[in-house]
Amino acid sequence: MSGKIAVYDPRGYAPKVAGKRLAQRLQNLEGKTVYLVDCLFDNSEVFMNEMKDWFATHLPSVKTPMIKPRESWVDDPEMRAKVVANGDAAILGVGL
Amino acid sequence: MGLTLELEKAGIPAIAIHTHVFARLAKSVATANGMPTARQAFVPQPLVDKSPSDLRAYIEGTDPISKRPFMQEIIEGLTTPLNDNDLKGLSFDRPKTHLLEPDTEDNLRALFEQNHWTDYLPINLPTEERVEAMLKGTSIPRDRIVGRLSPTAFREDWEFDVEKVAVNAVMAGAKPEYFPVILAMASSGITARNSSTTSFAGIGVVNGPVRKEIGMNTGIGATGPYSHANVTIGRAWNLLSANLQGGSVPDDTYMGTLGNPLSYSFVFAENEEASPWDPMHVRYGFKPTDSTVTVFRGGRYMTSGFGPREHWEGKMLRCLTAADARQSPLLIMDPIVAKLYVDRGFKTSMDLIHWMADNAKLPASEYWNEMWVQTLIHPLAVAGVEPYASNLKAAPDELVKVHQPHEINIVVTGGQTQGAWRIYEGTRFKTSTVSVDAWR
Repeated sequence: MSGKIAVYDPRGYAPKVAGKRLAQRLQNLEGKTVYLVDCLFDNSEVFMNEMKDWFATHLPSVKTPMIKPRESWVDDPEMRAKVVANGDAAILGVGL
Repeated sequence: MGLTLELEKAGIPAIAIHTHVFARLAKSVATANGMPTARQAFVPQPLVDKSPSDLRAYIEGTDPISKRPFMQEIIEGLTTPLNDNDLKGLSFDRPKTHLLEPDTEDNLRALFEQNHWTDYLPINLPTEERVEAMLKGTSIPRDRIVGRLSPTAFREDWEFDVEKVAVNAVMAGAKPEYFPVILAMASSGITARNSSTTSFAGIGVVNGPVRKEIGMNTGIGATGPYSHANVTIGRAWNLLSANLQGGSVPDDTYMGTLGNPLSYSFVFAENEEASPWDPMHVRYGFKPTDSTVTVFRGGRYMTSGFGPREHWEGKMLRCLTAADARQSPLLIMDPIVAKLYVDRGFKTSMDLIHWMADNAKLPASEYWNEMWVQTLIHPLAVAGVEPYASNLKAAPDELVKVHQPHEINIVVTGGQTQGAWRIYEGTRFKTSTVSVDAWR
């Protein structure tokens, strides 16, 4: 052990992570309501509008209501409840 | 990403779209939330300033990460049956390590650098002897939880105790007598190493008797590297922020595109003795005899001036409106400047703060075109939150106020060799001003 020293680990304590399962997937999107969630980043509304248009052209039976949280980066339980109550699936973008 | 995971938990199949530079970060966040297979699709960076037809090309093009058609990724992400990994998620625990495996000093230094535990300047290795000495700087037990930090709101919070803060304070070269200030900063819950793409830094301001007790410099070179206490306290806040929050590693826990030189160390003390105004901590409800530290997030812009001279108003307003409209100003001025403002009728610093808020204005069209105003304030305005809702109704040429008084702060410091002032970006939060005395 000569020449060796003991030092502390400078890292904090990470939380325990509990695995969570994904929601069951849909068999297909035919006739389903897929919410397009605009996360409010710059130009994401334009992007989501183009995606809505893509669905209207290629998968017209899919309903794609647009929805936005009240603020960027902040959870919006009211909006989430609306998606859960009225939607079959959700596409969120663009940004974390 | 957090919203996607919440929807999944509520039984709604979801897929999140990111630009490709965030692929690693998105995966890391999903894993830390126990859902590593959360569905994600990617488009090229950037989106900003792209036309609708550019964005349509992204949608009809290829996902730059999976190399498959983007819309195929989206549709399959919502419809492909789940596999075993999707159904169980990923549970794991990470060890709570105190001492590392003994090794030579050279090897340990290399280990600390390889793991991104330093700022790449030489550190003091946190030996048991040094950490014990640091812990003598406080009466608080070493296993007391000090707080939690994360690189940004959507990432997991890591926890830390007094001992972990001491380890980082040793690495920064701080002395035990500085430790209560460092503990107070750590307890604020505000990181000096935010992972934002916009490259925030942390700024700290110390008030009260502790400034003199530990030899902080409030004179010539007050904000520069001319005091052991100022420099090492600031460095300790940065090192502990990075290490105690789970990292500040580019392309994972740090995404600031330009980085920020203030992230080495930027902590200073107010020159309360030479200021004609109340110290900053008194404005936030503390007594002059209390010792506090106030932490700000910012440092992405800096403007400067001298005076006030005869036509000071125009210069000051140009500085206030030249900076990003949403980012709060932290005005740092030499005592000479503060006294000259008193001569012009600003009997308190709040008088000047109100003048700044009332007069710094932009045409509404220019204000609303600013990226972060659009992203962060526009939704509030639409929701009816004042004063933003009224600003949204303003005609394009109508002048709207850029800052609210509570967003502006003034600190007086410096050695009176020049009537110099600077405005840094410095956003103060509810938990920003912390008692140092509570950590003695």
